[in-house]
Amino acid sequence: MRPEMTTASLDTAARTSAERGALARARLLRGLLPALSLALVLLAIAWLNPRAISYFGFSLMLNLAIPIALATIAQMFVIAGNELDLSIGTFVGFVGCVTATWLKDAPLIGAAILLGSIGVYALLGALIHLRNLPSIVVTLGMSFVWQGLAILVLPKPGGKAPDWLLGLMAFKPPFVPFPIIAALVIGLIVHFGLMRTSYGVILRGSGGNPAALGRAGWSLLKTKIVLFALAGLFGVLSGMALIGITTSADANIGNGYTLLAIAGVILGGGEFVGGRVSPIGAVIGALTLALAASPLLTFMHIPPDWQVAANGAILIIVLAARVLISRRER
Amino acid sequence: MKKLFVLGALAAMLASGTALADTSGKKIAFSNNYAGNSWRQAMLDSYGIVTKKAVADKVVGAADIFTTADKEVPTQAAQVQNLILQGYDAIVINAASPDALNGAIKQACDAGIVVVSFDGTVTEPCAYRVVVDFKDMGKQEVEQMAKFQPKGGNLLEIRGLAGTSIDDAIHAGILEGVAAHPEFKIVGSVTGDWDQTTAQKAVATILPSLPDIVGVVDQGGDGYGAAQAFAAAGKPRPTIIMGNRQDELQWWKEQKEKDGYQTWSASIAPGVSSLAFWVAQQVLDGRTDIPHDLLVPYLAFTQDDFEAELPKIPKGGVASHEYTQEDAIAAIKANIK
Repeated sequence: MRPEMTTASLDTAARTSAERGALARARLLRGLLPALSLALVLLAIAWLNPRAISYFGFSLMLNLAIPIALATIAQMFVIAGNELDLSIGTFVGFVGCVTATWLKDAPLIGAAILLGSIGVYALLGALIHLRNLPSIVVTLGMSFVWQGLAILVLPKPGGKAPDWLLGLMAFKPPFVPFPIIAALVIGLIVHFGLMRTSYGVILRGSGGNPAALGRAGWSLLKTKIVLFALAGLFGVLSGMALIGITTSADANIGNGYTLLAIAGVILGGGEFVGGRVSPIGAVIGALTLALAASPLLTFMHIPPDWQVAANGAILIIVLAARVLISRRER
Repeated sequence: MKKLFVLGALAAMLASGTALADTSGKKIAFSNNYAGNSWRQAMLDSYGIVTKKAVADKVVGAADIFTTADKEVPTQAAQVQNLILQGYDAIVINAASPDALNGAIKQACDAGIVVVSFDGTVTEPCAYRVVVDFKDMGKQEVEQMAKFQPKGGNLLEIRGLAGTSIDDAIHAGILEGVAAHPEFKIVGSVTGDWDQTTAQKAVATILPSLPDIVGVVDQGGDGYGAAQAFAAAGKPRPTIIMGNRQDELQWWKEQKEKDGYQTWSASIAPGVSSLAFWVAQQVLDGRTDIPHDLLVPYLAFTQDDFEAELPKIPKGGVASHEYTQEDAIAAIKANIK
């Protein structure tokens, strides 16, 4: 091992400007990849169903991508801290149930419950850090807790979203469809916060190289709490956005989001190593997944017996393309 | 290439179909959220058989089936939105949730699309609901029981999945039937979850504490299990109402051959999907007098006709029925009154 490592570091030292340029190009390609796969999926949709490429079409195809994008951002914060959240889906479902019941009937109590649930997320971060527990186990357990609470809040499907939320999600701005504006705003805000502020660097560093940050005197407990609280916050936003679109809730409404959110982060250029995430990529990844999984599939006219398998195949192809390109970088 | 072919076929269909019925150019989509059990498979089969013929006969332009990859509500909501974009004229839907799809359903209605829900119906007022008259089915169970057991006696009731509207409706019908036939008395009630094994366990547990039972009223999928429990306990065989399952009718046939055993069988036919299709077609045809809530009959078999049906049901399956346009028109007429 050692000689190789020496060679590698020598290589780095002796890297010519041409090599550096090649690496930069690979990096650029990697950064552009999420956008590239989104463009590909959009092209396929435009070819299969030109009618979908319109203001009305984008509003319809993408509005359910907003909650997915928010859940993906939530998952991205957890992955940035080198952890994994398996409870985000049922958490979104729980938030949805609270939104369709308490938040409408008693807004103050509803808001208090939602704030409290963000607090629970922060506490989970503290617990995982202090007891050094594997986050997969803790959040898997929590996924059943959230599911149980959701059924408790809303035993039968129903409830209704608050009117202001319905109004917000049905907002029709001129020229650019609302989901696209929402995606841009979400992506840019999180990008600025996590990639352009100094505490954002600390947050990412706490996942990428916790030992170094700890030695430099930063509190890893605090960074973990902040990351999990942010995940909770975006989980709440995701649940509310979802109910604003569906208008009414179901205790199982968010269950599929856990894996979609992980796939979105990875598709958007994130990695499971901690610290290496991209907020804009994650939002684009979520949009790509939302488009590839449903509209593309529907427009392709696949025989019903094969539709379920085809859905999986599309996801694998999209994810495999990203792995192929990011490998060229090494 | 394939797209060209489809377009060409569509153009040919449009060109040749204009002289026929008004709906010959209309496209109807079927949004389904789950295909993983025998009932749903039978539902898709019935739908496929009926719609293929309808397309071939140029009654409608296209009738495509879309099944979501998971049972999730957002996936189906997205699917409905995509069907809107695809330009379908009507959507037949078996919904994942009665309420949580209302947003997408409303968008479809606003886009001028006819939405007909069945089995898993939706509460959005603009959609049509094809609902099987489960209450009447429960009532009819007691009516039939009165024929087989004219002297009356004690009944055991097997309930379905708790908290569902279907269980509520059948139970209410049975209570109504018993009220009309005071010679019967329900002396015990267990939960069978429409499942033979669950029903067998539940009945076996309660049997020792019960007086003599002359009849079992149930919800289908539980009759064979109940029969097994009575046999295992060495109790006399009561009149057990059946639910159109293959194992139930098979058992009935064996008993009939042995000593002329008599009973009655009823359940919802998975082919109700095809009825929903015809309702959508009727709405597209321009009929405006169709009520948004349609009660349709259940599928029943009697002593005389169940043996003819038995060979048609796959093992472990349930009897189905492909509805025709006339069936739909008759059902609509019955609801207008």
